[in-house]
Amino acid sequence: MDTMRDRFAPVVSRMLDEDPRVAVVLAEIGAAGFQEAARRHPERVINVGIREQLMIGTAAGLALTGLRPVVHTFASFLVERPFEQVKLDLGHQDTGAVLVSAAASFDWPAGGFTHMAPGDVAILDTLDGWTVHVPGHPDEAETLLHHAVAAGDDKVYVRLSVQSNRAGRVIDGQHLRTVRGGRSGVVVAVGPMLDAVLDATEGLDVTVLYATTVRPFDAAGLRRATEAAGTDVVLVEPYLAGTSTAAVNEALSDVPHRVLGLGVGRRELRRYGTIEEHVAAHGLDPAALRERIGGFTGAGRAAAAG
Amino acid sequence: MTITADESRVYGYDDLSRLMGMMTGDEKHGPAATSTLDVLWVLYDRVLRVTPERRDDPARDRFLLSKGHGPMAYYAVLAAKGFVPVEWLPGFGSYDSPLGHHPDRVLVPGAEIGSGSLGHGLPIAVGTALGLRARGLGDPAVWVLIGDAELDEGSNHEAIAFAGPAGLDRLHTVVIDNSSASHALPGGIAARFEAAGWSAVTVDGRDHEALSAAFTAPHPGRPRVVVARVEPKNA
Repeated sequence: MDTMRDRFAPVVSRMLDEDPRVAVVLAEIGAAGFQEAARRHPERVINVGIREQLMIGTAAGLALTGLRPVVHTFASFLVERPFEQVKLDLGHQDTGAVLVSAAASFDWPAGGFTHMAPGDVAILDTLDGWTVHVPGHPDEAETLLHHAVAAGDDKVYVRLSVQSNRAGRVIDGQHLRTVRGGRSGVVVAVGPMLDAVLDATEGLDVTVLYATTVRPFDAAGLRRATEAAGTDVVLVEPYLAGTSTAAVNEALSDVPHRVLGLGVGRRELRRYGTIEEHVAAHGLDPAALRERIGGFTGAGRAAAAG
Repeated sequence: MTITADESRVYGYDDLSRLMGMMTGDEKHGPAATSTLDVLWVLYDRVLRVTPERRDDPARDRFLLSKGHGPMAYYAVLAAKGFVPVEWLPGFGSYDSPLGHHPDRVLVPGAEIGSGSLGHGLPIAVGTALGLRARGLGDPAVWVLIGDAELDEGSNHEAIAFAGPAGLDRLHTVVIDNSSASHALPGGIAARFEAAGWSAVTVDGRDHEALSAAFTAPHPGRPRVVVARVEPKNA
């Protein structure tokens, strides 16, 4: 299967053909995918070299002249290294851009910690006004890229990963989607975590919600799910554990509730190896998830008793 | 936003110190504010093709104040040219005033960017020049003002090293050199820009004729830097 990132350059190249507002800003990484588009649109495909502060500043300048910049590199270098540019050149200047990251939390484990960005969504959470899309399949990535570019002058982050579910689902760029209904807890699976969550909760009486847009968080959708399934909520996120715990607490602030935030651990593992090994090390494989979700929800206690 | 400038009054260079004086209070950036005064005046009075009426015109020249510290001279010039109502000046820095000790483009008519954190203006100016080119607006000039110590910030060097080889000939930088950088060598500012392919000149930052000539000299195919030397900050 192709990856989300395989879709990125062709999809955005077509946008460059069709929409004169769209511009692409790169810092070497990913430039090869835009070679043809750069020949057709040399003034709207901009590779600034290995200069990530300039990459974000350039995007802001483009936006100030009315363009819709799409900015791409690995997550570490897109939102962490030039974070003050993201905060000021986009936020404080009141400009918009679409930031599309690759490499995610540990897409290239052999590359080590310098190329891992489990904190990307959490650090964006310190800022106002960001939409955050976390597709779980290349088809969904394509859909969300279209939503992102079409979102006026909004600030939008699209988190691409080589981790993927087996099948794409119909998503609308806003809402939680109910994948499975239950009565003893709600599990929110974010992006590429869905397949593992479905495997992990097989036979458990829990509702499984699927999130591909996590900011703004669909509070109303979560509340509706808790009406039948109760207010024990488990988050399973492909980035830093607990990143969306505050959003869940806010959604359920007027009712008694419990939240368990699962995701990538904070501790640096100092390990290379494979994605599967890192998934397991962070307790995100189906067996570990089943134990942790089951132990937290009433559904797990009921299954154990039965 | 409604502009209520007194259109019957024409302000000149000699009015600027009085306009600056209206911004009373604890302006700890006072000396830095005046280091930019002559450059700002010559740009707005003789060079920039922008007026209050044209401040949303896509084809206007852009001036980006990157060195946002000590913006009293900037506000005084914007007021003198009718972008900012003179009656706003006394409120400088107060809670309800649009005029802070660092400018905010969302609040100040005519301000192209907000600034304060150093090293942001030049990269944004690069994007602005690229954006104008991509929109087929080859005529408007983009100007950015930075300080000599602001050049310490590495983000500037990302922009300088890119803009020369990219041939951004509508991009102009003024460096106000008041010898405030802790670590610098004589002539180093212009040399760094020249090494990156910019057209560079160093002039007396108080000499209006010299500044005007430096600002309007042709520089085909290359971005332009004017290093404007003024009195050392700590002299």
